[in-house]
Amino acid sequence: MPATSRAIARDSAASADVLVVDDVVKRFNTPEGQLTAVDHVSLGVRQGEFMAVIGPSGCGKSTLFNIIGGLVDGYDGRVTVAGDRVTGPHPSIGMVFQEESTFPWRTVIDNVAFPLEISGMGKSERYDRARHFISLVGLNGFEKRYPAELSGGMRQRVAIARTLASEPKILLMDEPFASLDEQTRLLLGDKVLQIQQELQQTTLIITHNITEAVQLADRVLVMTYRPGKVKRIVDIDLPRPRSSEIVSSEAFGRYVAQIWADLREEASRGMKDDEQLRAGAKP
Amino acid sequence: MSDAAATGSAGDLGRRAMPAVLGLGSFIVFLLVVEILIRVGLINRYIVPLPSQIAGAFERIIVEEDIIGRFQLTFSEALRAGVMITVVGILAGIFLYRFDLWRRATETWIAALASAPTVLMYPLFLVIFGRSAWTIIMMGFVAGLPPVILKTIEGLAGTRRVLINVGRSFNLTPTQQFTKILLPAALPTIFVGIRLGLIFTLINVVGIEYLINFGGLGQLITDLAERYDQPALYATICFVIAVSVCFFIITEWIERWLTPVE
Repeated sequence: MPATSRAIARDSAASADVLVVDDVVKRFNTPEGQLTAVDHVSLGVRQGEFMAVIGPSGCGKSTLFNIIGGLVDGYDGRVTVAGDRVTGPHPSIGMVFQEESTFPWRTVIDNVAFPLEISGMGKSERYDRARHFISLVGLNGFEKRYPAELSGGMRQRVAIARTLASEPKILLMDEPFASLDEQTRLLLGDKVLQIQQELQQTTLIITHNITEAVQLADRVLVMTYRPGKVKRIVDIDLPRPRSSEIVSSEAFGRYVAQIWADLREEASRGMKDDEQLRAGAKP
Repeated sequence: MSDAAATGSAGDLGRRAMPAVLGLGSFIVFLLVVEILIRVGLINRYIVPLPSQIAGAFERIIVEEDIIGRFQLTFSEALRAGVMITVVGILAGIFLYRFDLWRRATETWIAALASAPTVLMYPLFLVIFGRSAWTIIMMGFVAGLPPVILKTIEGLAGTRRVLINVGRSFNLTPTQQFTKILLPAALPTIFVGIRLGLIFTLINVVGIEYLINFGGLGQLITDLAERYDQPALYATICFVIAVSVCFFIITEWIERWLTPVE
């Protein structure tokens, strides 16, 4: 095990992290040979903490998300939730996906009540609970609407409410605002922060947006470009409760600059790699 | 409601109804033109009867030719074939979706069957089932089955990966994954297959009734053609077209209901 991983694993054990990713390595077989997507990644997320994982495109962020969520197997290392090894989708982990993931054939309330329906809860009780989470994401009055009648930001809030309704110990989000415009992204970030503070929800967000990472997180884990390794973990010492107004503060700017300095080199490598790949593919 | 709002909603209604009014109006004008062309002798009235005569023949085909009873027979045959293509088609589609090797082995054949003139197989079905309603039902079944199978596979295979992953993240059992996610996601596409299948079935049911001269609307067309009762023949053909149009509209409504929001 590399020194960094051992140190993080040791720290994790010491602080009794609720989520521990320990020395995870994931390789894919491609026509060009074996590709290491995630390389000896270790991290620990504390109870109630908001952690962001940031890295350039193609650094294995989504692979890491799928590994933690139990959607991918065949990797080395281990992922545990409160000491329980993750070997598949884990009831303590709730996932919010990057793509639009609401069920178009269900109304907002039926979407949000979905995990409760699966758990066998009665209709009136699950509707009551679903209404609570709909209210939490600020969608009161839209219960009977279908996703196609909502904006992209509202649909993503439905997806978040649906995941929260399953009351996961850990909320795992993979670039949940990637398809939204900047203003909606900032406002939705506020909403997520508000919910996280209200529920004291342990949250891990995967993103490639530095502003988003600094706005939301207590700690930001910066990943290298392929193979995806942990480059640095930055503590964000900004006051809470936070809102999107914090983006105009000097301290915020310093964190963004610091993370960008780490990320810039990796992003440049990614861009060069992409250009070479395209040049090679040219007939 | 304010006057302005009332005027606005009336205007909306008018705009929505305009295509239907235009279509119906064009049809009436067409009939009038045909009527005039026949009356002035530009169209042979022994080949194409006067539209007014066709309209007058409707009463006769209802009272004397029992078109409602014949329609019920055709409808019951089409319904039985329709239920069969729905049940067998969806189950076969699910099977082929689940077993990829079988799918790859048979999908081209099924697609070929969908475009083959299966109506030519009717002598074989006559030998197997005899001159009975079952020959008609089975011919309708064979003609309508391929689109249901193909569209079921397409619908299931086209379910977005992220929806399947949502189901997995909630720890759904394979049965729940199928009933709560795959099937509802695929239902609009499956229904397109059912609609196509039912149209093929209806065409074949009436066609085989005509060919084997065994009951229903198809047999009535044969009878009237043999008697050279042109107005009644055309009235019956109009009736069959009207049935098809109603059938198409009803299935379209059901399809919209299955996909509540565009």
